[in-house]
Amino acid sequence: MTLLCTSADEAVSGIADGSTVLVGGFGTAGMPFDLIDALIRQGARNLTVVSNNAGNADTGLAALLAAGQVSKIVCSFPRQTDSWVFDELYRGGKIELEVAPQGNLAERMRAAGAGIGGFYTRTGVGTLLAEGKETREIDGRTYVLELPIAADVALISAHTADTLGNLVYRKTARNFAPVMATAAATTVVQVRHVVEPGALDPEAVVTPGIYVDRIVRVPS
Amino acid sequence: MSVVSPSIVEHTDRGPLGRDEMARVLAGDIPPGAYVNLGIGQPTTVADHLPPESGVILHTENGMLGMGPAATGGAIDPDLINAGKFPVTELPGASYFHHADSFAMMRGGHLDLCVLGAYQVSASGDLANWHTGEPDAIPAVGGAMDLAVGAKQVFVMMSLFTRTGEPKLVKECTYPLTALRCVDRIYTDVATFEITGNQVVVRETWGISFSELCSRVDVPLEVGERHVH
Repeated sequence: MTLLCTSADEAVSGIADGSTVLVGGFGTAGMPFDLIDALIRQGARNLTVVSNNAGNADTGLAALLAAGQVSKIVCSFPRQTDSWVFDELYRGGKIELEVAPQGNLAERMRAAGAGIGGFYTRTGVGTLLAEGKETREIDGRTYVLELPIAADVALISAHTADTLGNLVYRKTARNFAPVMATAAATTVVQVRHVVEPGALDPEAVVTPGIYVDRIVRVPS
Repeated sequence: MSVVSPSIVEHTDRGPLGRDEMARVLAGDIPPGAYVNLGIGQPTTVADHLPPESGVILHTENGMLGMGPAATGGAIDPDLINAGKFPVTELPGASYFHHADSFAMMRGGHLDLCVLGAYQVSASGDLANWHTGEPDAIPAVGGAMDLAVGAKQVFVMMSLFTRTGEPKLVKECTYPLTALRCVDRIYTDVATFEITGNQVVVRETWGISFSELCSRVDVPLEVGERHVH
């Protein structure tokens, strides 16, 4: 059952201290800014955040980091020209970083969402990022075992939802959102438009409503 | 009857290639109709030298095939960016997909070619391009490891020497590795190389002769052979 919330604050209510939170977006495309701002107001602390980047400039995920609510971040590409908030926390020893290859990050969440207990991949074999991990020869090639990333909450954005939680996205703002929606116990989505069931072409739905728990419409 | 003749072109009557010229040389070796991922930074400029009639389809790992040129002015759309997070455009026939699909495309061997930058490449094709390994460096890998193991062919684009003159083509990489034995070709400002099994073959040089190149790189270099009828 998908709940249509009246505010972003209602949509993020109940997120507990110590939660693992998936945050959608690639850079700022698809980043759920309003949900993050609400999470800052809500104040949950000691969070583990999983997101492709570690925040850009001073808004969105960077603001959540600056608020001191995140103790660990799992991401593929923290270092950017405008990641100064993260850079300072990291160099000051105030945040733990786990770097994961981007494809592993996506696939580990996909595995969690699909009930898969892990997978063997060639990505990272022979590198620092595979150190200490189980490896296995399959058909003469070496693979490394990667484990799922399951979360308490996913905060994502989409373009349009119907009231059953079916989602469509827009262009490259889609990025991690469909995978994250499957990997969290509670998936919260901010959307630009909400429509009645039947208004979305069923052939075009990208995320079926079964994965979506809460929706809030935010002005674009 | 055919004779074996050395296959190398030496342009010693000019200086090294400029960045734009490097991109043009590399673009000329991309097969028509190939599905190609261009890495962040210098490799992105290869797109400027791919004419529409080449039929090359560009993949960007944040979830798109059929990426068009950079967007400017009113065409800038915050929802439409490339892997470097710059605004781009879509071409007719473009498609969008989520990250797990995008990386399945890469890891599953469906991309014909990727072009990546590098700190170092070893003589056996090991690639180091994600981390300097310095104690205060913040590591950031992005999709480099996935691309390096997944694309059918990996082309590297880099200057051959560091600012202090150290060659980046080395016996063994000293920087942390991105992937093992994955690089097929290296395009540099002074030469192009092909890594074939255990040999590094020089195909073309600019502003330097083959013999001078051999003296400046601590890796055995070979000249390719071709059969002339």
